Order: sequence, then C-alpha cells, then structure tokens
Amino acid sequence: MEDTKYILEAKGIDKSFSGVTVLKGAELCIIPGELHALMGENGAGKSTLMKIIMGIYTKDAGTVTLDGKDTDFKSARDALDAGISMIHQELSPIPEMTVAENVFLGREQKKFKGLPFVDKKELNRMTQELLEEFGLSEFIKPDMKMKDLNIAQIQMMEIIKAISYNSKVVIMDEPTSSLSEKETETLFRIIANLKEKKIGIIYISHRMEEVFELSDRVSVLRDGQFIGCVNTKEASREELINMMVGRELEGGYPHNTAEKGDVVLELKNFTRKGVFENVNLSVHAGEILGMAGLVGAGRSEVMRALVGYDHLDSGEIILEGKNITIKHPKDAVRNHIIMASEDRKELGLVLCRSIKENVSLQNFDKLANASFINKGTERKLADDYTKQMATKMNGIEDMVSSLSGGNQQKVVLAKCLLSDPKVLIMDEPTRGIDVGAKAAIYNIMIELAKRGIAIIMISSELPELIGMSDRVMVMSGGKVTGVLEGEEAASQQKIMNLAFGGK
Amino acid sequence: MTQKKDMAKILRQFGLIFVALFIVVLMSFLSPVFMTSQNITNILRQISLNGILSIGMTFVILTGGIDLSVGSVIAITGVISGSMMASGGNWFVACIVALLCSLICGAINGWLISYVEFQPFIATLSTMTIGRGIALAYSDGKPYTISDPSFINIGQGYVLGIPIPIILLLIFCIAGLVILNMTTFGRYVFAIGGNKNAAKLSGVRTRRIQLAVYVLSSVCAWMVGLILAARISSGQPTAGESYEMDAIAATAIGGTSMSGGIGSLTGTICGFILLGLLNNSMNLMNINSFYQQIVKGCLIILAVFLDMKSKGKKD
Repeated sequence: MEDTKYILEAKGIDKSFSGVTVLKGAELCIIPGELHALMGENGAGKSTLMKIIMGIYTKDAGTVTLDGKDTDFKSARDALDAGISMIHQELSPIPEMTVAENVFLGREQKKFKGLPFVDKKELNRMTQELLEEFGLSEFIKPDMKMKDLNIAQIQMMEIIKAISYNSKVVIMDEPTSSLSEKETETLFRIIANLKEKKIGIIYISHRMEEVFELSDRVSVLRDGQFIGCVNTKEASREELINMMVGRELEGGYPHNTAEKGDVVLELKNFTRKGVFENVNLSVHAGEILGMAGLVGAGRSEVMRALVGYDHLDSGEIILEGKNITIKHPKDAVRNHIIMASEDRKELGLVLCRSIKENVSLQNFDKLANASFINKGTERKLADDYTKQMATKMNGIEDMVSSLSGGNQQKVVLAKCLLSDPKVLIMDEPTRGIDVGAKAAIYNIMIELAKRGIAIIMISSELPELIGMSDRVMVMSGGKVTGVLEGEEAASQQKIMNLAFGGK
Repeated sequence: MTQKKDMAKILRQFGLIFVALFIVVLMSFLSPVFMTSQNITNILRQISLNGILSIGMTFVILTGGIDLSVGSVIAITGVISGSMMASGGNWFVACIVALLCSLICGAINGWLISYVEFQPFIATLSTMTIGRGIALAYSDGKPYTISDPSFINIGQGYVLGIPIPIILLLIFCIAGLVILNMTTFGRYVFAIGGNKNAAKLSGVRTRRIQLAVYVLSSVCAWMVGLILAARISSGQPTAGESYEMDAIAATAIGGTSMSGGIGSLTGTICGFILLGLLNNSMNLMNINSFYQQIVKGCLIILAVFLDMKSKGKKD
C-alpha cells in the first residue's frame, strides 16, 4: 500500500466542541475508483469527520489533502469546487423547481454573458446527457418538477448533481436508508459507474451486508479515533464489530441493587407501518431495561408511540396485568407511564418558562383544584423535587433556558418524578451533559429503581447501556433482534452484532 | 453585566407606567380639560373597546397565534343583533343569538388552526374576509337602527355612576387575569406558545386549548360588538374595521412576544391604557390624525425595542 496514490488523504484530524473531544487523530485515505466504507458506532465521529473534509467545520489539528495538495476549505462550496461532494442523509431539493434547475442551482448557464437570463434549453440538454449516461433518462426528464420524483429518484438526482461538479470524491451518508430493494439496485449500478470513472466514494453505512457487497476497503472509527483500515475481502464481520466496539468501560457505573418485582409493563405486537414492527417487550418493577440500537432502529419511535405522542397502528399495552389504551400523552400520564425525551429543547421543556412551571406542567392533577392552581403546593413541590435532583439554580422562578444541559435534564426528571411514574422511559438521559451530571443522573436512576419504578433506558452509549442495564434489548431496522441478559448483556460484541441485524 | 440587564428589566416593567405618568403630568399642564372627571371617563370609555379586544388577543398571541378576524366578528354581532331588534325581537335574545354566532366564528378559526393545522395568520385572514362579507351581504350593506333602550344602555348607560362599558372592561380584565394567572388553562396557553411539542408530551390537550383560545377571542369581539352597536345606536356592517390592529398593537406594546410563550395581561392592560391616553392627549392638543398614526407606530417600535433590550441580545 506504500506507493498507492491517494486522491484524498485526511490525517491526524483533531476536533473538539466546547471542550468535548469528538475526533482525536482521525484518519481516512481514499484511492481513486474505490468504494471506501466508513463505520463506527453512533457518535464515533463519522459525520464530524465528513463535515471537516467538506469544510463545514474547521479542524483543530491535522491535514486534509486532495490530489496531494493541502486543502483549506472555508465552506462546502469550496469543497464542491475543488471536487468533493456529499450526499446527505436528509435530502434538500427545491420541490417547485425542475430537475435541471436543481442540478445546476447556483451555476446556471446564462443566455448572454453578464446578463441574468437563464438558458433553460442548455440546462435541460446538459441534464439530459447526465441522465442518459447513468441510464435514468427513461424515468426522469430534465423538465420534470422535483416534487414529482420519489425519494429514490431525488437521491439519484443528488448523486448526479454531485457528479456534474466533476467531483473526484463523493461522500454518501447512509444512502440506502430510505430506498427499496429495487431502488438500491439502481443506486449500486450508479456506484459501479462512478468507480469506473475513477471517482473515490466514501460510504457511510450501518448495513453490514452492503458494506461487504460493495466496498473495497473499510475504515473504522471509535471514540473519534482511527482504529484501522482493512481490505473488505480479507475482513470478517466479527473482526469489524470488534474494531468498532471495545470502548473503555469508564468504570463508575453504580450497580442496580434494587429487588426486581413483578412485570409492570408489557407491550405486545407494537407496530407502526414503516417504522417498527411486532415489537414485544416487558419490564419489571425495579429493573432497568436498556434499549440498544443504531440511529434509526426505531427505539425512540416505539416509546413515543407507547406514550401516545405518535400514532400507533396496532399493539397491546398491558400495565400491571390490565389492558390499557393510550391515545394521547394525557392517557400515559394518567397511567403513570412517563417519558423523559432525548430532545430537551424540542420535546422535554418549555425553555422560555420557569423551572416551576415546567415541573408542574404535567402534574396539575396533583397541584390544582377544579383547574385552579394551588400555588403554595406548586411552589413547595417544585422546590422539593428540583432540590432532590440537586439542580443548580437560584430558585424555581429561574428560566429553564438559563440552566446548563445537565441541570435542564434534572428539571425534566423532577417533572417526571412528580407524576409518580410506574414506568419511566429515559431516552438518552445523559446526552450532551458533562461527566459530573452524568454520575448524578446514574445515581438517581438507581434510587428510582429501588423505589420500584420500572425504567426503560434508550442509549446509544454502549458502556452506559452495559453499565446500567439489567437486561439489554436490541433493535435493528424497526425490529427487536434480541434481548440479552446477565453475562451476555455485558458483551459489546453481542450487542453490536444484534444492532447490525445479525443473529 | 447582570446589573445592566436588571436595569433594563426594571425599565421594561415600569417603562410603560413612566411614559403614561409623563403624559398625564404633561397634559395636566398643557390642557385645562385633561384632568376633568368628564375627560377621564371619556378616556376610559374610549379604551373599553380596544381593551376588551386586547384581552382576547393576548391569549391568542401567547399561544403563538394571531386573530385578524375580530373586527369582522364585531360587525356580525352588530348586524345580527341589530336586525333582530329592528324586526321587534327581544334585546336579550338578540345578544344571545349574536353570542352563538361569535362562538361559531371562533370555533371555525380554532378548528382550522389546531385541527387542520392552518397557519393562524392565513386562517384568520380568510375568516376576516368571509366574516366581513357575511355582515355586508346579510345587511345588504345598510346599517340597522337600534332603538331598544335596554340594549342602548350597554353602550350609554351607567351603574352607580360608572359607565357600563367601563364596568364591562373591568370584568373582562379581572376574568382574563384570573384565567391566565391562576388556572391550569392559563399555564397551558403559555406552554403551548413556548413549546407545543413539549406541552403535548406532558399530556396537554394542545388542540383543545388552541381552539378554546380563538373562541375566547371571539367572545371578546362579541362584547365589543354589542358595546359599539349600543353606543352608536346602530348595527353597522362596516363596524370594527381594522380594530384587530389596535388590539395587536396594545399586546405588543405590553411586551407579549409575537412568537408566543412570553408576555402578560398586565402588560397588555398598560398597553391599551397608554394607547388610549396618547389618542386622547393628541386629540386635545388638536394634533392632526395623520401625525397621530406616526406617533402610535413609533410607540410600538420603542416598546418592542425596550423589550428586546431587557431580554438581552441574542446572537
């Protein structure tokens, strides 16, 4: 490999966000005409690395060279002009414009030099050429409106757009996540075409099968560090998983010594079409059930449907042996099934209101008589519960937006606890908070388990899942792929294997 | 730094009162009629219309919405009650029928916004236009003369020497303050404006609350419609035109954020009192109404500017 000429070479990349290290010595080298898969757990730093290569983030240290020349992109536009393009997971076409207009957005052919009149004919002709080249001209015409294409076709157009920039390197972030099998085939055909053109492809994917089918080499990141690069032909599934896991178990997880009681909550055949399917689970009093899976596995979606926030197509909820129906989050609160969402800003808190108002919002059953708020009780309980959580604040009249992430999370917990949960769903309870606050939240969780609350914890941090959970349920592609107990639950390999959909 | 913020906060909270006091002191020197009880009653009577409307508007804006249709509801109330009394109907029945109509208008607004998920601006812009059209078509563009003395009392009568519109204004203010500050409904209004998704996950029936807020606003418009028709002894299809703008102005001057979640009724009350004082003062000073509009606009800019200052700059 020594003499291989790399088209793109990123070496020793460091990046940290407000003190948190995301990348440390990350590395990625791409040979022209290869499909290079990039793998790693959630939060391993894949997206950050891509954004640094694209010039969206600035790197703290390291070099990125393209064709042997150092790059210093100020924006994604610079990267595009230099020959690196990225197809994002979330596509962003302009629906009311035509295919041709979308492809050449921002670099339209002018009819007359220096005058702002667009030469539509020329745009259409150029687009038609590209479509024919990739065998898409049958389905897509240059003058079709973007909104009339389906998701797969839009994705194809994004790729074509990338190529029309004469890209030397194309980055694809989970390109098949929204495609059907047939559409995926078309995508693979296009990829083969790109490889023939000696374009280097960086392919981020969570699908093992695809990686083995398509890629020439695989690089693995873990905790922002470069773990290694292997030839796909010489690698095995186990080997790759071993490279991805093995994050240090940073000790200090309190052991859940709570006595396990009866089954509190049982879900049967939970289904929401296209999102999750036939999910069954049960959780006991005093137990912490971990839910593992990669992004998009459907874990949060199941829980959101459980509490009535999202629509549920079918499924049964059995709480303490009784069938219940939940149509609106209000029903869940009444049945003491409480969810602390991962997204504090979006779903957890009303940031522009006070701590007190946030804590009491879902608890007026306790704090009000015939819809008149009992202000004394409200103040007292809000104060008690936030102090139990050791929330750092001047007082309960503080605006929630003035608190740090960890303290906001404590306010969310105080609010949930005031509802006397029987089942507490904690979605990524420690995301984005510092180490000290994490430890505090872990201790609170154990405390709650001891009170007999059944806790369901969704987490993308394997050490946290293994350290805290009594059992770990793993989901992949909307299905439960396994429930691990005891020794098994402590194996990062087993969890990751299931998260990738394996047996 | 925080001290500076505190200063700004104090300025914000009491700024409106300072401005109002300044106008009162200035006017009592400039105009001999200003401090007479007759002029003060006059001011209160003038602000009663915009005041009642602003109370409902504040609830709507706190949820992050807007209600442009209130002016049309005023007109519908006037022509419906006017036509019923003109054809010999009982005044009380006329009022109740008009109330039902306003409830329907509010429910349509609320339904469009919370269940069909229209943007509040578009939904109420449409119902504003439709409502005005209905009022004009129903009355064939002509006003109904009202002569029922009991009804006229609503706009012109007195109880214990206090004009009835002022008493009604007081009732609406107190009811509004109680609902917003002491009930769960009030909290839900703030929560929906602050973060609708979080409110829903907390078990708040967000759609019902949103619908209720628009109904509340229409009820305020109904009250204003009755007072106005009674005061001018006629139900006019063109009544209440652009009243929504003054109500929105009072709410904005009072420090309620147009994106919802932040604000207060006490602020709005200060807002409409200030607007009323300003109108009255400029009339007494014989300032041309063209210039009055300029002053009003500047006041809104000043108040909102102070508001932003007090919250600290966002980067």
